[in-house]
Amino acid sequence: MRQGFWRAVLGAQTVDNGGGFLIYLSDILFFRMDNLPRIVITGVGLTAPNGNNIAEFRANLLAGKANIREIDVRYMGKHPAGICDFEATKYQTRRELRTSTRAGSIGIYCAHEAIADSGIDWENFDKARVGVYVGITEHGNVETENEIFNISQFGNDTKYWTHHHNPRTVANNPAGEITINLGITGPHYTIGAACAAGNAGLIQAAQMLMLGETDFAIAGGTSESPNTFGIFAGFKNQTALAHHKCPNKASRPFDKARNGIVISEGGCLYTVERLDDARRRGAKILAEIVGWHINSDASNAVLPNPVRQAECMRAALKKAGIRPQDVDLVSTHATGTGKGDVQEIIAMRDVFANCPHTFVNNTKGFIGHCMGAAGTLELAGNLGSFDDNLVHPCINIDELDPECAIDGLVIGAPRKADKIEYILNNSFGMLGINSTLIVKKFS
Amino acid sequence: MTEADIKKIVLDIVADIAPDEDLSNVKPDINLREQLNLDSMDFLDIVMELRKKHGIEVPEAEYPKLASLDSCANYLLPKFKEKGM
Repeated sequence: MRQGFWRAVLGAQTVDNGGGFLIYLSDILFFRMDNLPRIVITGVGLTAPNGNNIAEFRANLLAGKANIREIDVRYMGKHPAGICDFEATKYQTRRELRTSTRAGSIGIYCAHEAIADSGIDWENFDKARVGVYVGITEHGNVETENEIFNISQFGNDTKYWTHHHNPRTVANNPAGEITINLGITGPHYTIGAACAAGNAGLIQAAQMLMLGETDFAIAGGTSESPNTFGIFAGFKNQTALAHHKCPNKASRPFDKARNGIVISEGGCLYTVERLDDARRRGAKILAEIVGWHINSDASNAVLPNPVRQAECMRAALKKAGIRPQDVDLVSTHATGTGKGDVQEIIAMRDVFANCPHTFVNNTKGFIGHCMGAAGTLELAGNLGSFDDNLVHPCINIDELDPECAIDGLVIGAPRKADKIEYILNNSFGMLGINSTLIVKKFS
Repeated sequence: MTEADIKKIVLDIVADIAPDEDLSNVKPDINLREQLNLDSMDFLDIVMELRKKHGIEVPEAEYPKLASLDSCANYLLPKFKEKGM
């Protein structure tokens, strides 16, 4: 199996004959990770609209507490959005905050919190062996819109365009700001993967640890999207922007009256290590990453493809070496759009057709859509299930859409499971990118 | 407009750029970047804010004349007076 993995990683140069190619594809699809270094999550730092650490976030999910507010969106008036209230000056000076992007600042907060949570001897750790992999849905729209508005106040004369524009808008900005703040000299970059990006950041970290490229990773996703009017206007004109007289009811995946997405900011970064390294230093282990997959719909820019989503989940299950019925909890991606939620449930019904003990939930009713951070935040909100066997509910489902009905869907109040051993976390994004991550309770 | 007024204008800009700095004991004859935590991008912010807030243009070749509060006052006072300020 290990040989197959390396062939897959190294790519075409290892394909030495025509017959072998099919074998290698088979390796890619069917290799299990048994013989590769095991990868574990050892720390988490997060900020969500309803919590600035994992304990607060989890408590609010179990208590059914959403936190969506109305904000003034430039040119567009008031719209519901999820805004975080973490203490930005905890890890940055006011001078640094003046030039930092919001995504960078969120990332810095989350990275510090995750490192502290991991208990690693950070001061003495070799920073050249640390990698930073941050998933983003988009980056640079906020800063560009702000500058276009700024120069509009000066007759659109570009001599008033800020010299901070380029470092703020380069695609690696949120990850790069983390390295500067923390003195990390290993690799850093962002993973642009639309709303599948959080999972993709974690997957990248696991792969780089397996390859021995790094010894310690900080990975996940961030979002600063509520600060750009463009994303609101784009979704509104796509008829996919949520609205409701009560902001906390605006994000309602699977509800019959759902009317779109609530745009939110947030961040969730994990510290990720090889199991052997984590054990050696006596780290607490929050979860083991046992399977994943990323694939592409190759069909439509905005309408998800349930066939490919189902393929993505099955491939991740295969890599984890488990069956659908082994999964105790599926964290869905559903965003509250009319068609997207239905497409995901079609895929879910296909994969989890005979799984009476599998619970299903969704987090976006509480916090809206945190874009690049969605996948890792939603995973974090469920990690507590490993300890308390509770499954947090979906909220804001006043009337379940029959097209979104699926066995095991937890609505309104937490459910107690006999056990939670495997969690499957789905995140899907525009241009047809699907990501599935499977984590296992560590014992 | 006096040299003291110019120094206050520059210090007000620096206060916005570097809000964590203690500006109560800035020595007027010492290079600002030697006594404050300012990098080259911060320095460019001083140039930008003079342009935005006061309509004062500082050509790149003359940036060194903004090195200290004293040199700022010497260099900028005629520019402010040209604008009738």
